[in-house]
Amino acid sequence: MSEPQSSFRVEMTINGRAKHATIEARKSLGDFLRDDAGYTGVHLGCEHGVCGACTVIVDGKAVRSCLMLAVQADGCEVTTVEGVAQADGTFHPVQAALREEHALQCGFCTPGIVCTLTALTKGDQKPTEEQMLAAMSGHICRCTGYQGIRRAITRLAAGEAA
Amino acid sequence: MKPAPFDYVAPTTVEDACQVLADAGGGATMLAGGQTLMPLLNLRMSQPFILLDINKIEALKGVSRAQGATRVGPVTRQCEALASAELAAALPVLVEALSHVGHHQTRNRGTIGGSIALGEPAAEMPATAVALGAVIEARSVRGTRQIPAREFYLGPYMNVLEPDELVTAIDYPDWPQGHITLFREVAQRPGDFALVGMVGALALEGGKIARAGIAWFGMGPTPIAAAQAEQALLGQSIDAIDPQAIAELAVADTAPFDDHHASAEYRRTVGRRIFARTLGEALNIRKAA
Ligand code: FES
Ligand code: FES
Repeated sequence: MSEPQSSFRVEMTINGRAKHATIEARKSLGDFLRDDAGYTGVHLGCEHGVCGACTVIVDGKAVRSCLMLAVQADGCEVTTVEGVAQADGTFHPVQAALREEHALQCGFCTPGIVCTLTALTKGDQKPTEEQMLAAMSGHICRCTGYQGIRRAITRLAAGEAA
Repeated sequence: MKPAPFDYVAPTTVEDACQVLADAGGGATMLAGGQTLMPLLNLRMSQPFILLDINKIEALKGVSRAQGATRVGPVTRQCEALASAELAAALPVLVEALSHVGHHQTRNRGTIGGSIALGEPAAEMPATAVALGAVIEARSVRGTRQIPAREFYLGPYMNVLEPDELVTAIDYPDWPQGHITLFREVAQRPGDFALVGMVGALALEGGKIARAGIAWFGMGPTPIAAAQAEQALLGQSIDAIDPQAIAELAVADTAPFDDHHASAEYRRTVGRRIFARTLGEALNIRKAA
Protein backbone atom coordinates (compact mmCIF):
# COMPACT_ATOMS: atom_id res chain seq x y z
CA MET A 1 0.00 0.00 0.00
CA SER A 2 1.17 3.54 -0.68
CA GLU A 3 2.00 5.78 2.27
CA PRO A 4 0.09 8.95 3.08
CA GLN A 5 1.41 11.84 0.99
CA SER A 6 0.68 15.53 0.69
CA SER A 7 0.99 15.87 -3.08
CA PHE A 8 -0.05 13.71 -5.98
CA ARG A 9 0.13 13.47 -9.71
CA VAL A 10 -3.39 13.26 -11.09
CA GLU A 11 -4.73 12.59 -14.52
CA MET A 12 -8.31 13.09 -15.63
CA THR A 13 -10.34 13.84 -18.71
CA ILE A 14 -11.95 17.26 -18.63
CA ASN A 15 -14.47 18.09 -21.34
CA GLY A 16 -12.98 15.35 -23.47
CA ARG A 17 -9.35 16.45 -23.09
CA ALA A 18 -6.73 14.76 -20.98
CA LYS A 19 -5.28 16.89 -18.20
CA HIS A 20 -2.55 15.96 -15.79
CA ALA A 21 -0.88 17.89 -13.03
CA THR A 22 0.91 17.49 -9.74
CA ILE A 23 -1.23 18.95 -7.02
CA GLU A 24 -1.56 19.21 -3.28
CA ALA A 25 -3.85 16.62 -1.75
CA ARG A 26 -5.90 19.35 -0.10
CA LYS A 27 -6.90 20.98 -3.39
CA SER A 28 -10.61 20.73 -4.15
CA LEU A 29 -11.79 19.59 -7.54
CA GLY A 30 -13.42 23.00 -8.00
CA ASP A 31 -10.16 24.88 -7.39
CA PHE A 32 -8.32 22.45 -9.65
CA LEU A 33 -10.77 22.96 -12.49
CA ARG A 34 -10.60 26.74 -12.21
CA ASP A 35 -7.00 27.44 -11.25
CA ASP A 36 -5.06 24.59 -12.81
CA ALA A 37 -7.21 23.62 -15.76
CA GLY A 38 -8.61 27.07 -16.57
CA TYR A 39 -12.28 26.18 -16.63
CA THR A 40 -13.53 29.33 -14.99
CA GLY A 41 -17.11 28.44 -15.83
CA VAL A 42 -16.94 26.46 -12.60
CA HIS A 43 -18.28 28.97 -10.10
CA LEU A 44 -17.36 28.61 -6.47
CA GLY A 45 -19.87 30.34 -4.26
CA CYS A 46 -20.00 29.12 -0.70
CA GLU A 47 -17.23 26.50 -0.89
CA HIS A 48 -18.95 24.43 1.73
CA GLY A 49 -21.63 22.56 -0.09
CA VAL A 50 -24.62 24.83 0.34
CA CYS A 51 -25.18 26.78 -2.87
CA GLY A 52 -24.64 24.28 -5.70
CA ALA A 53 -22.96 26.85 -7.98
CA CYS A 54 -19.84 24.66 -8.26
CA THR A 55 -21.71 21.59 -9.54
CA VAL A 56 -19.90 19.67 -12.29
CA ILE A 57 -20.40 16.22 -13.80
CA VAL A 58 -18.02 13.48 -12.64
CA ASP A 59 -18.38 10.11 -14.34
CA GLY A 60 -21.89 11.00 -15.41
CA LYS A 61 -23.15 12.28 -12.06
CA ALA A 62 -23.73 15.85 -10.91
CA VAL A 63 -21.61 16.55 -7.83
CA ARG A 64 -20.48 19.58 -5.88
CA SER A 65 -16.88 20.23 -6.90
CA CYS A 66 -16.12 22.05 -3.63
CA LEU A 67 -16.92 18.83 -1.76
CA MET A 68 -14.56 16.58 -3.62
CA LEU A 69 -10.78 16.62 -3.66
CA ALA A 70 -9.09 16.84 -7.04
CA VAL A 71 -7.05 13.77 -6.14
CA GLN A 72 -10.31 11.84 -5.80
CA ALA A 73 -11.15 12.61 -9.42
CA ASP A 74 -7.95 10.94 -10.60
CA GLY A 75 -8.89 8.76 -13.58
CA CYS A 76 -12.38 10.25 -13.81
CA GLU A 77 -14.23 11.88 -16.65
CA VAL A 78 -15.21 15.42 -15.72
CA THR A 79 -17.57 17.74 -17.58
CA THR A 80 -17.92 21.42 -16.75
CA VAL A 81 -20.32 23.92 -18.27
CA GLU A 82 -17.68 24.56 -20.97
CA GLY A 83 -18.08 20.99 -22.18
CA VAL A 84 -21.85 20.87 -22.43
CA ALA A 85 -22.53 22.54 -25.79
CA GLN A 86 -21.59 20.93 -29.09
CA ALA A 87 -18.14 21.63 -30.53
CA ASP A 88 -19.58 24.17 -33.00
CA GLY A 89 -21.18 26.09 -30.17
CA THR A 90 -24.72 24.78 -30.66
CA PHE A 91 -26.44 24.88 -27.31
CA HIS A 92 -27.28 21.73 -25.41
CA PRO A 93 -31.08 21.44 -25.04
CA VAL A 94 -30.69 22.36 -21.36
CA GLN A 95 -28.85 25.56 -22.24
CA ALA A 96 -31.35 26.34 -24.98
CA ALA A 97 -34.28 25.92 -22.61
CA LEU A 98 -32.69 28.11 -19.94
CA ARG A 99 -31.96 30.80 -22.51
CA GLU A 100 -35.40 30.64 -24.05
CA GLU A 101 -37.11 31.07 -20.67
CA HIS A 102 -34.80 33.80 -19.36
CA ALA A 103 -33.77 31.50 -16.55
CA LEU A 104 -30.68 33.48 -15.61
CA GLN A 105 -29.76 37.01 -14.72
CA CYS A 106 -26.25 37.35 -13.29
CA GLY A 107 -25.52 33.78 -14.32
CA PHE A 108 -23.47 32.87 -11.27
CA CYS A 109 -25.62 29.88 -10.35
CA THR A 110 -26.24 28.83 -13.95
CA PRO A 111 -23.24 26.58 -14.71
CA GLY A 112 -24.16 24.38 -11.76
CA ILE A 113 -27.80 24.19 -12.84
CA VAL A 114 -26.75 23.38 -16.41
CA CYS A 115 -24.56 20.54 -15.14
CA THR A 116 -27.27 19.07 -12.90
CA LEU A 117 -29.87 19.12 -15.68
CA THR A 118 -27.42 17.88 -18.30
CA ALA A 119 -26.46 14.89 -16.17
CA LEU A 120 -30.11 14.16 -15.39
CA THR A 121 -31.20 14.21 -19.03
CA LYS A 122 -28.15 12.43 -20.44
CA GLY A 123 -28.67 9.69 -23.02
CA ASP A 124 -32.13 8.20 -22.99
CA GLN A 125 -32.90 9.19 -19.41
CA LYS A 126 -36.25 10.93 -19.31
CA PRO A 127 -36.59 12.51 -15.88
CA THR A 128 -40.02 13.84 -15.03
CA GLU A 129 -40.60 17.51 -14.45
CA GLU A 130 -40.98 16.70 -10.78
CA GLN A 131 -37.62 14.93 -10.60
CA MET A 132 -35.86 17.83 -12.27
CA LEU A 133 -37.54 20.33 -9.98
CA ALA A 134 -36.57 18.25 -6.96
CA ALA A 135 -32.94 18.31 -8.10
CA MET A 136 -33.13 22.11 -8.14
CA SER A 137 -33.32 22.05 -4.34
CA GLY A 138 -29.55 21.59 -4.59
CA HIS A 139 -29.09 25.01 -6.19
CA ILE A 140 -29.51 28.50 -4.83
CA CYS A 141 -30.23 31.32 -7.25
CA ARG A 142 -30.25 34.82 -5.80
CA CYS A 143 -31.50 36.58 -8.92
CA THR A 144 -34.29 34.96 -10.82
CA GLY A 145 -36.84 33.97 -8.22
CA TYR A 146 -36.72 30.56 -9.89
CA GLN A 147 -39.74 31.08 -12.12
CA GLY A 148 -37.70 31.13 -15.31
CA ILE A 149 -35.82 28.05 -14.18
CA ARG A 150 -39.12 26.29 -13.53
CA ARG A 151 -40.41 27.22 -16.97
CA ALA A 152 -37.20 25.95 -18.57
CA ILE A 153 -37.71 22.65 -16.80
CA THR A 154 -41.32 22.46 -17.94
CA ARG A 155 -40.06 23.02 -21.47
CA LEU A 156 -37.37 20.37 -21.10
CA ALA A 157 -39.83 17.85 -19.71
CA ALA A 158 -42.13 18.47 -22.65
CA GLY A 159 -39.19 17.77 -24.95
CA GLU A 160 -39.31 21.16 -26.66
CA ALA A 161 -35.85 22.49 -26.02
CA ALA A 162 -35.59 25.58 -28.16
CA MET B 1 -10.94 28.44 0.92
CA LYS B 2 -8.47 25.68 1.44
CA PRO B 3 -8.25 22.94 3.97
CA ALA B 4 -5.15 22.98 6.19
CA PRO B 5 -2.47 20.70 4.73
CA PHE B 6 -2.82 17.00 5.36
CA ASP B 7 -1.39 13.75 4.11
CA TYR B 8 -3.81 11.72 2.05
CA VAL B 9 -4.02 8.01 1.48
CA ALA B 10 -6.61 5.93 -0.35
CA PRO B 11 -6.10 2.22 0.30
CA THR B 12 -8.05 -0.36 -1.67
CA THR B 13 -8.52 -2.97 1.06
CA VAL B 14 -10.12 -2.97 4.50
CA GLU B 15 -6.93 -4.46 5.97
CA ASP B 16 -4.81 -1.59 4.69
CA ALA B 17 -7.34 0.97 5.91
CA CYS B 18 -7.33 -0.59 9.39
CA GLN B 19 -3.54 -0.50 9.37
CA VAL B 20 -3.53 3.22 8.52
CA LEU B 21 -5.92 3.86 11.39
CA ALA B 22 -3.80 1.79 13.78
CA ASP B 23 -0.56 3.49 12.74
CA ALA B 24 -2.06 6.96 12.95
CA GLY B 25 -2.92 6.53 16.63
CA GLY B 26 -6.04 8.69 16.40
CA GLY B 27 -4.53 11.22 13.98
CA ALA B 28 -6.41 9.98 10.93
CA THR B 29 -9.83 11.19 9.81
CA MET B 30 -11.90 9.05 7.50
CA LEU B 31 -13.29 10.47 4.27
CA ALA B 32 -16.34 8.68 2.89
CA GLY B 33 -18.70 10.70 0.66
CA GLY B 34 -17.28 13.92 2.07
CA GLN B 35 -20.59 15.80 2.07
CA THR B 36 -20.09 16.77 5.71
CA LEU B 37 -16.35 16.37 6.17
CA MET B 38 -15.33 18.45 3.17
CA PRO B 39 -17.16 21.56 4.46
CA LEU B 40 -15.47 21.05 7.83
CA LEU B 41 -12.08 20.76 6.13
CA ASN B 42 -12.73 23.79 3.93
CA LEU B 43 -13.72 25.85 6.96
CA ARG B 44 -10.75 24.41 8.88
CA MET B 45 -13.04 23.22 11.63
CA SER B 46 -11.37 19.86 11.07
CA GLN B 47 -7.60 19.71 10.58
CA PRO B 48 -6.54 16.08 10.39
CA PHE B 49 -2.92 14.99 10.02
CA ILE B 50 -3.95 12.12 7.80
CA LEU B 51 -7.00 11.93 5.60
CA LEU B 52 -7.93 8.31 5.02
CA ASP B 53 -10.08 8.08 1.89
CA ILE B 54 -12.12 4.85 1.93
CA ASN B 55 -13.79 5.44 -1.45
CA LYS B 56 -11.49 3.03 -3.27
CA ILE B 57 -12.33 0.03 -1.09
CA GLU B 58 -14.66 -2.01 -3.29
CA ALA B 59 -15.42 -4.44 -0.44
CA LEU B 60 -17.23 -1.61 1.37
CA LYS B 61 -19.67 -0.97 -1.48
CA GLY B 62 -22.96 -2.45 -2.54
CA VAL B 63 -26.06 -4.16 -1.21
CA SER B 64 -26.06 -7.92 -0.56
CA ARG B 65 -27.86 -10.62 1.37
CA ALA B 66 -26.54 -11.74 4.73
CA GLN B 67 -28.01 -14.27 7.19
CA GLY B 68 -31.55 -12.99 7.78
CA ALA B 69 -30.52 -9.48 6.87
CA THR B 70 -29.79 -7.06 4.08
CA ARG B 71 -26.18 -6.02 4.23
CA VAL B 72 -25.33 -2.52 3.06
CA GLY B 73 -21.70 -1.61 2.50
CA PRO B 74 -20.92 1.69 4.23
CA VAL B 75 -19.47 3.28 1.09
CA THR B 76 -22.61 2.55 -0.93
CA ARG B 77 -23.63 5.91 -2.36
CA GLN B 78 -26.99 7.24 -1.25
CA CYS B 79 -28.05 7.56 -4.91
CA GLU B 80 -27.23 3.89 -5.50
CA ALA B 81 -29.14 2.73 -2.44
CA LEU B 82 -32.04 4.90 -3.55
CA ALA B 83 -32.10 3.10 -6.90
CA SER B 84 -31.58 -0.39 -5.47
CA ALA B 85 -34.46 -2.73 -6.32
CA GLU B 86 -33.24 -5.07 -3.59
CA LEU B 87 -33.52 -2.39 -0.91
CA ALA B 88 -36.85 -1.15 -2.24
CA ALA B 89 -38.25 -4.67 -1.87
CA ALA B 90 -36.72 -5.54 1.50
CA LEU B 91 -36.65 -2.18 3.30
CA PRO B 92 -39.01 0.26 1.60
CA VAL B 93 -38.88 2.70 4.50
CA LEU B 94 -35.10 2.98 4.23
CA VAL B 95 -35.49 4.02 0.60
CA GLU B 96 -38.24 6.48 1.50
CA ALA B 97 -36.05 8.00 4.21
CA LEU B 98 -33.13 8.23 1.79
CA SER B 99 -35.10 10.37 -0.61
CA HIS B 100 -35.08 13.04 2.14
CA VAL B 101 -31.31 12.93 2.72
CA GLY B 102 -29.68 16.08 1.38
CA HIS B 103 -30.06 16.89 -2.29
CA HIS B 104 -29.73 14.97 -5.56
CA GLN B 105 -26.17 16.31 -5.95
CA THR B 106 -25.04 15.42 -2.41
CA ARG B 107 -26.63 11.95 -2.63
CA ASN B 108 -24.47 11.33 -5.69
CA ARG B 109 -21.42 11.39 -3.39
CA GLY B 110 -22.80 10.89 0.11
CA THR B 111 -22.73 7.38 1.54
CA ILE B 112 -24.98 5.37 3.82
CA GLY B 113 -22.17 4.55 6.25
CA GLY B 114 -20.91 8.11 6.33
CA SER B 115 -24.29 9.38 7.40
CA ILE B 116 -24.68 6.64 10.01
CA ALA B 117 -21.20 7.10 11.46
CA LEU B 118 -21.52 10.88 11.56
CA GLY B 119 -24.63 10.67 13.71
CA GLU B 120 -26.21 14.02 13.02
CA PRO B 121 -29.16 13.93 15.46
CA ALA B 122 -31.63 15.28 12.91
CA ALA B 123 -30.54 13.00 10.07
CA GLU B 124 -32.67 10.24 8.58
CA MET B 125 -30.13 7.42 8.22
CA PRO B 126 -29.09 7.06 11.87
CA ALA B 127 -32.73 7.03 13.03
CA THR B 128 -33.67 4.52 10.34
CA ALA B 129 -30.89 2.21 11.49
CA VAL B 130 -32.14 2.53 15.06
CA ALA B 131 -35.76 1.97 14.10
CA LEU B 132 -35.16 -1.08 11.94
CA GLY B 133 -32.80 -2.70 14.43
CA ALA B 134 -29.70 -2.53 12.25
CA VAL B 135 -26.37 -3.86 13.45
CA ILE B 136 -23.19 -1.97 12.63
CA GLU B 137 -20.09 -4.02 11.99
CA ALA B 138 -16.82 -2.34 12.96
CA ARG B 139 -13.35 -3.54 12.28
CA SER B 140 -9.85 -2.70 13.45
CA VAL B 141 -6.53 -4.51 13.52
CA ARG B 142 -7.72 -5.77 16.93
CA GLY B 143 -10.70 -7.58 15.47
CA THR B 144 -14.32 -7.23 14.34
CA ARG B 145 -17.34 -6.44 16.46
CA GLN B 146 -21.07 -6.03 15.93
CA ILE B 147 -22.75 -3.02 17.49
CA PRO B 148 -26.55 -2.70 17.58
CA ALA B 149 -27.53 0.70 16.22
CA ARG B 150 -29.46 1.26 19.44
CA GLU B 151 -26.17 1.16 21.37
CA PHE B 152 -24.13 3.04 18.80
CA TYR B 153 -24.86 6.70 19.57
CA LEU B 154 -23.56 8.60 22.59
CA GLY B 155 -24.48 12.17 21.69
CA PRO B 156 -24.49 14.60 18.78
CA TYR B 157 -21.86 13.35 16.29
CA MET B 158 -20.57 10.95 18.93
CA ASN B 159 -20.61 7.19 18.74
CA VAL B 160 -18.98 4.22 20.42
CA LEU B 161 -16.40 3.63 17.67
CA GLU B 162 -12.76 3.69 18.77
CA PRO B 163 -10.41 5.91 16.74
CA ASP B 164 -8.91 2.85 15.06
CA GLU B 165 -12.24 1.31 14.03
CA LEU B 166 -13.79 1.36 10.58
CA VAL B 167 -17.45 0.58 9.83
CA THR B 168 -17.42 -2.36 7.42
CA ALA B 169 -21.13 -3.15 7.07
CA ILE B 170 -24.60 -2.21 8.18
CA ASP B 171 -26.89 -5.22 8.54
CA TYR B 172 -30.60 -4.47 8.47
CA PRO B 173 -32.56 -7.44 9.76
CA ASP B 174 -35.33 -8.76 7.53
CA TRP B 175 -38.83 -7.48 8.12
CA PRO B 176 -41.65 -9.68 6.82
CA GLN B 177 -42.99 -8.96 3.34
CA GLY B 178 -45.81 -6.46 3.50
CA HIS B 179 -44.84 -4.96 6.85
CA ILE B 180 -46.21 -1.54 7.69
CA THR B 181 -43.84 1.38 7.17
CA LEU B 182 -43.93 4.71 8.95
CA PHE B 183 -42.12 7.85 7.85
CA ARG B 184 -42.72 11.53 8.23
CA GLU B 185 -40.56 14.56 8.73
CA VAL B 186 -41.06 18.28 8.98
CA ALA B 187 -38.29 20.39 7.47
CA GLN B 188 -38.19 24.04 6.49
CA ARG B 189 -37.11 23.26 2.93
CA PRO B 190 -36.59 20.04 0.99
CA GLY B 191 -33.07 18.77 1.65
CA ASP B 192 -32.71 20.60 4.96
CA PHE B 193 -32.28 18.67 8.15
CA ALA B 194 -35.60 17.83 9.71
CA LEU B 195 -36.91 19.86 12.63
CA VAL B 196 -38.76 16.73 13.70
CA GLY B 197 -39.09 13.34 12.12
CA MET B 198 -40.07 9.76 12.79
CA VAL B 199 -39.40 6.51 11.00
CA GLY B 200 -40.43 2.94 11.70
CA ALA B 201 -41.76 -0.44 10.76
CA LEU B 202 -44.49 -2.68 12.18
CA ALA B 203 -44.91 -6.38 11.49
CA LEU B 204 -48.33 -8.00 11.85
CA GLU B 205 -49.30 -11.53 12.71
CA GLY B 206 -52.98 -12.45 12.65
CA GLY B 207 -54.01 -8.80 12.82
CA LYS B 208 -51.83 -8.10 15.85
CA ILE B 209 -48.56 -6.19 16.08
CA ALA B 210 -45.82 -8.79 16.39
CA ARG B 211 -42.85 -6.51 16.01
CA ALA B 212 -42.37 -2.77 16.22
CA GLY B 213 -39.36 -0.60 15.50
CA ILE B 214 -39.78 3.18 15.62
CA ALA B 215 -37.31 6.01 16.10
CA TRP B 216 -37.24 9.78 16.21
CA PHE B 217 -34.82 12.19 14.62
CA GLY B 218 -34.39 15.85 15.53
CA MET B 219 -35.86 15.04 18.92
CA GLY B 220 -32.75 14.91 21.07
CA PRO B 221 -28.97 14.58 21.09
CA THR B 222 -29.08 11.28 19.19
CA PRO B 223 -31.64 9.33 17.19
CA ILE B 224 -34.08 8.08 19.80
CA ALA B 225 -35.96 4.80 19.83
CA ALA B 226 -39.62 5.25 20.77
CA ALA B 227 -39.23 2.33 23.16
CA GLN B 228 -42.35 2.85 25.26
CA ALA B 229 -44.49 3.18 22.17
CA GLU B 230 -42.97 0.06 20.65
CA GLN B 231 -43.66 -1.85 23.83
CA ALA B 232 -47.25 -0.64 24.03
CA LEU B 233 -47.93 -1.62 20.43
CA LEU B 234 -46.77 -5.21 20.79
CA GLY B 235 -49.58 -7.73 20.84
CA GLN B 236 -52.26 -5.11 20.13
CA SER B 237 -54.84 -5.77 17.48
CA ILE B 238 -54.68 -3.08 14.80
CA ASP B 239 -58.35 -2.26 15.41
CA ALA B 240 -57.71 -1.45 19.05
CA ILE B 241 -54.71 0.86 18.70
CA ASP B 242 -55.20 4.47 19.77
CA PRO B 243 -52.62 6.44 17.75
CA GLN B 244 -52.92 9.46 20.05
CA ALA B 245 -52.10 7.46 23.15
CA ILE B 246 -49.16 5.76 21.44
CA ALA B 247 -47.88 9.14 20.26
CA GLU B 248 -47.97 10.42 23.85
CA LEU B 249 -45.81 7.51 24.92
CA ALA B 250 -43.46 8.06 21.99
CA VAL B 251 -42.93 11.71 22.86
CA ALA B 252 -42.23 10.75 26.46
CA ASP B 253 -39.00 9.13 25.31
CA THR B 254 -37.67 12.24 23.56
CA ALA B 255 -35.36 14.98 24.79
CA PRO B 256 -35.71 17.79 22.23
CA PHE B 257 -33.85 21.07 22.60
CA ASP B 258 -34.39 24.69 21.68
CA ASP B 259 -32.40 26.05 18.80
CA HIS B 260 -32.78 28.93 16.38
CA HIS B 261 -34.99 26.81 14.10
CA ALA B 262 -37.54 25.61 16.63
CA SER B 263 -38.21 25.34 20.33
CA ALA B 264 -38.29 22.07 22.22
CA GLU B 265 -42.00 22.62 22.81
CA TYR B 266 -42.62 23.05 19.08
CA ARG B 267 -40.75 19.82 18.41
CA ARG B 268 -42.78 17.93 21.00
CA THR B 269 -46.07 19.31 19.72
CA VAL B 270 -45.33 18.67 16.07
CA GLY B 271 -43.72 15.34 16.90
CA ARG B 272 -46.83 14.18 18.73
CA ARG B 273 -49.01 15.17 15.79
CA ILE B 274 -46.95 13.64 13.02
CA PHE B 275 -46.51 10.46 15.03
CA ALA B 276 -50.23 10.03 15.67
CA ARG B 277 -51.14 10.95 12.12
CA THR B 278 -48.55 8.71 10.46
CA LEU B 279 -49.41 5.75 12.65
CA GLY B 280 -53.16 6.32 12.25
CA GLU B 281 -52.95 6.61 8.47
CA ALA B 282 -50.79 3.51 8.14
CA LEU B 283 -53.18 1.49 10.27
CA ASN B 284 -56.23 2.76 8.39
CA ILE B 285 -54.71 1.69 5.08
CA ARG B 286 -54.10 -1.75 6.54
CA LYS B 287 -57.59 -2.02 8.01
CA ALA B 288 -59.12 -1.11 4.66
CA ALA B 289 -57.04 -3.68 2.82
S1 FES C 1 -19.41 26.37 -3.91
FE1 FES C 1 -19.80 24.26 -3.85
S2 FES C 1 -21.82 24.18 -3.08
FE2 FES C 1 -21.37 26.30 -2.96
S1 FES D 1 -28.85 34.07 -12.02
FE1 FES D 1 -27.82 35.18 -10.49
S2 FES D 1 -27.68 33.69 -8.91
FE2 FES D 1 -28.91 32.69 -10.34
